[in-house]
Amino acid sequence: MTEFFAESVYFGAVISILAYALGNAIQKKWKFAIFNPLLIAIILVIAVLLVLGVEYEDYNRGADYITWFLTPATVCFAVPLYEQYERLKKNWRGLLVGSVAGVVACLLSILLLSVLFRLSHEQYVSLLPKSITTAIGIALSGELGGIPTLTVASIMVTGLFGNIVARGVCRLFRIKEPAAVGLAIGAASHAIGTVRAREIGEEEGAISGLAIVICGILTVIASLFFAGLY
Amino acid sequence: MELVFQFSIILLITFLGEVLRALIPLPIPAGIYGLILLFICLKTGLIPLHKIKKASDFMLSAMPVMFIGPCVGFMDICQEQGIAILYISLIAMVTTVLTMAVTGCSAQAVIRRGKERRHD
Repeated sequence: MTEFFAESVYFGAVISILAYALGNAIQKKWKFAIFNPLLIAIILVIAVLLVLGVEYEDYNRGADYITWFLTPATVCFAVPLYEQYERLKKNWRGLLVGSVAGVVACLLSILLLSVLFRLSHEQYVSLLPKSITTAIGIALSGELGGIPTLTVASIMVTGLFGNIVARGVCRLFRIKEPAAVGLAIGAASHAIGTVRAREIGEEEGAISGLAIVICGILTVIASLFFAGLY
Repeated sequence: MELVFQFSIILLITFLGEVLRALIPLPIPAGIYGLILLFICLKTGLIPLHKIKKASDFMLSAMPVMFIGPCVGFMDICQEQGIAILYISLIAMVTTVLTMAVTGCSAQAVIRRGKERRHD
């Protein structure tokens, strides 16, 4: 039986979609932030793989067909950006200041916590790209001499956690301007956070998509400097 | 059929993003080049919005599902990295909240100041 699931091409794709559908249904029923459809789906899939004894590699052969859409989907962030362009232009100063402040705060806090937890240099530089989109993050981690799998893990934890706490953090710090909310979510938790920003509102979603681009590029530049600090 | 055509345009732009990535020696992925390229095409009117809107909306709404595969990979990374994953995750969470707060508060301060100035 395990062999059949491991060899099936469609198993990985089907179970991912089913798990997400179930996650959505659970969130509709209990509206807590922790009942996040994506988080539920991931836990469900891991549980099923462990129960059936299917390796990640075998599962991912099917799931990879869905992941394949990630790059064209990223390209589609141009559409909300285009639709919200006028509002974006009006706030360009705030968006620029926020992006720079966010990237510096992110890298600086990683540096301080890495020193505090006595991480190795490899672990430290693997964490630097944690708030940017996976494709840039992996490339950057390699460039800095980091451990790519550790970078992927930190990017996933960041995205998921950002997605879950976004509303709460914005409420706590009284961030109400839609453009600032979108930028904060995108800058801190890239595309997975942007999924939540799109749920909050159109402008929030568009600017969150923009933050992925700006903060991604700013992080690449600033990381080259930060990597030499510890 | 219309949806297939719309999706083809998005794929074409994605491919052009890949071409740019191969030509430009920077650690910037194809998706980001494609995003910028598509934005320019929309802004210049080369591609009218309605020619890609339906497919684009579908792709964006389906995006969460696309993250499940890579995230499940966390399972293997945990076994490989052991206890380090705990520190890494903790640092990732703390810095995420901090980054979100600093970005949002500073952006909001500048945006509100701009609004007041416009009202004066």
